[in-house]
Amino acid sequence: MMINKDVKVVVQGITGNQGRFHTNIMRRYGTQIVAGVSPGKGGENLDDVPVFDTVEEAVNDTNANASIIFVPAQYCKSSIFESIEMNLNPVVVITEGIPVHDTMDAVWYANLKKIRIIGPNTPGVIIPSQKIKIGIMPDHVFKPGNIGIVSRSGTLMYEIAANLSEKGLGQSVCIGKGGDPITGLSITEILKFFEQDNDTKAVVMVGEIGGNEEEDASVLIKEMEKPVVAYIAGKNVPPGRRMGHAGAIIGGSSGGGTAENKIKVLSSVGVKIAASPKDVTDLLEEVI
Amino acid sequence: MIYSLINTKNKKLYLLDNICHYSWQIMRLYEYQAKDILSRYGIKTPKGVVTDTAEKIEFDETPSVVKAQVLVGGRGKAGGIKFADNNGEIKKTVQYLLSTSIKGEKVKKVLVEERLDIDHEFYLGITLDRDKKMPVALASAYGGMDIEDIAINSPQSIKKKYIDPLFGFWDFNARKIVKDIGIKGNDLIGVTSVLSALYTIFKEYDAELVEINPFVRTVDGRFLAADAKILIDDNSLFRHREFEEQVKMQYSDIELMTKMKNIAYVGLDGDIGIIGNGAGLVMATIDTVNLYGGNPANFCDLGGGASKDRVIDAIDIVFSNKNVKGVFINIMGGITRCDEIAKGIIEYKNTKRIDIPFVIRMVGTREDEGRKICESNGIPVISTMDEAAKMIVRLVRDNTYN
Repeated sequence: MMINKDVKVVVQGITGNQGRFHTNIMRRYGTQIVAGVSPGKGGENLDDVPVFDTVEEAVNDTNANASIIFVPAQYCKSSIFESIEMNLNPVVVITEGIPVHDTMDAVWYANLKKIRIIGPNTPGVIIPSQKIKIGIMPDHVFKPGNIGIVSRSGTLMYEIAANLSEKGLGQSVCIGKGGDPITGLSITEILKFFEQDNDTKAVVMVGEIGGNEEEDASVLIKEMEKPVVAYIAGKNVPPGRRMGHAGAIIGGSSGGGTAENKIKVLSSVGVKIAASPKDVTDLLEEVI
Repeated sequence: MIYSLINTKNKKLYLLDNICHYSWQIMRLYEYQAKDILSRYGIKTPKGVVTDTAEKIEFDETPSVVKAQVLVGGRGKAGGIKFADNNGEIKKTVQYLLSTSIKGEKVKKVLVEERLDIDHEFYLGITLDRDKKMPVALASAYGGMDIEDIAINSPQSIKKKYIDPLFGFWDFNARKIVKDIGIKGNDLIGVTSVLSALYTIFKEYDAELVEINPFVRTVDGRFLAADAKILIDDNSLFRHREFEEQVKMQYSDIELMTKMKNIAYVGLDGDIGIIGNGAGLVMATIDTVNLYGGNPANFCDLGGGASKDRVIDAIDIVFSNKNVKGVFINIMGGITRCDEIAKGIIEYKNTKRIDIPFVIRMVGTREDEGRKICESNGIPVISTMDEAAKMIVRLVRDNTYN
């Protein structure tokens, strides 16, 4: 399971605008938010949620076992490490603009402790059938069902979920991978989860230009039993090489990162490619 | 932002990188700044002096090389590197370079250095591998050309060592690849410490790339950084305040303005203005408009939770491009509220009295309120992206041919 239905969430950065706002929305949806963390504000209550100075105190007092982070980018590395240290799992990082070196260190520490980081720069994760979300997505567009969605983009995930829901295709689990160049869970790891998840019958992958994650995922998709439908955003962004720096060659495959290349590689392992977000629904109906 | 960096050479480069992760941008340092950092970490660089005027220049290390300090690539081929044999020639060359532009970038500073008697050129660098989520140290015995070209011409010459960021990069790691590129004996110790220092710089400066190319061995057996490149992650600037002003200079006016207003904007060459919330959604909107035969004029992302004022600013920016003959606003409301967007659109239309077609598609948070505001002001609201895309393409086409 990506998230247990008894998940108890601590909100890091609960006293900020976004943290407080989304804490209330998550609770209204059905998520158990058991604690908030905001250094210097320990001992207070915010909308009936107890606030602690540290994650350690929050966990000792409330048995929280997962975390969502709204802490500003400058301070976020410490907050992610704090959650990992206390074995919270998953750690969902909403924050945008975290220095890439900070994310990289956090991802490696999480790997060491076998903790899943979702994000950074993610809308989070939602399970409509259980009314649980650890994230900021508008929950009314998600309906219970058996389609899994993995997306690199927030609003595009909502767009596609809304289309699916309207056509009666509900979702099992939807996961925002996060828009940053380096994130915790990769598309491949999320697809692996969907392949094993009993509630998921088919998967929608929402990709976009840049990086090689979609191409890398094709290796797994070739072996997957469940059908995968993909939409790749950015086809009409003028193509070109990436920045003239060494990073561009490490991936090895020339032409990697463009929508054209992603579509070519994914098609070659049997993924149906939607021409527009709307077409995802039709393609899914064909494969299930 | 990296507009000036890529500029006339290859605008496409900028577009691709900027759209796919504009929240993660890169700041490039000038050669003289990079060399200054290297030498502070004990790496030898040629004797040199940087200047923004020809008058005051005094430099005794002749013969010399005079190098324009610009951020565009391919500076040498574009005439940005000259030789001078005496002080008079140096003055003339500096004056000349300061009066020119290299690939569209005005030369503001010039670096004058001792000319090296080169025996061999190597490549040394540390960069970030996004896909493997880790840094990688690179070395090659064939330096002096772009690493991309080395990769094409002699891929087997590039030696790599991936670095676990929690473990770090130690002398013994560096020693192995330095040895692999044929450096032996006493030189092994010195060059190893150079590569180790590069990793220290890479970490301390939040770099995306630290590169010495070429790393030269002179005829008299010295090793020096003949050219250097450092790219820094913009998101880390709160730890590197000394570059804050410089990063602003790398933006064009419109980019600086949009960044201050939390809007992401990139110009394209069509005639349909595109505004949306979320990078993925905006790219998908551009693709869908293209699918139905239209040509988008820009990429414009409002980000999350845009206020009425941000909407007005965004429309203003889109209209600053005179090719725009219609605007498609596509909102998938989550944190973003449709009524707030609608208020912005109406206020803009009513104050500026623009006679250009608008097509609005909005769904999600406060959709009904937003729809009411638009419709009571005579702007139809479409519920699907595809229908809205078809409509804006038709409206712009009709307007163009009437």
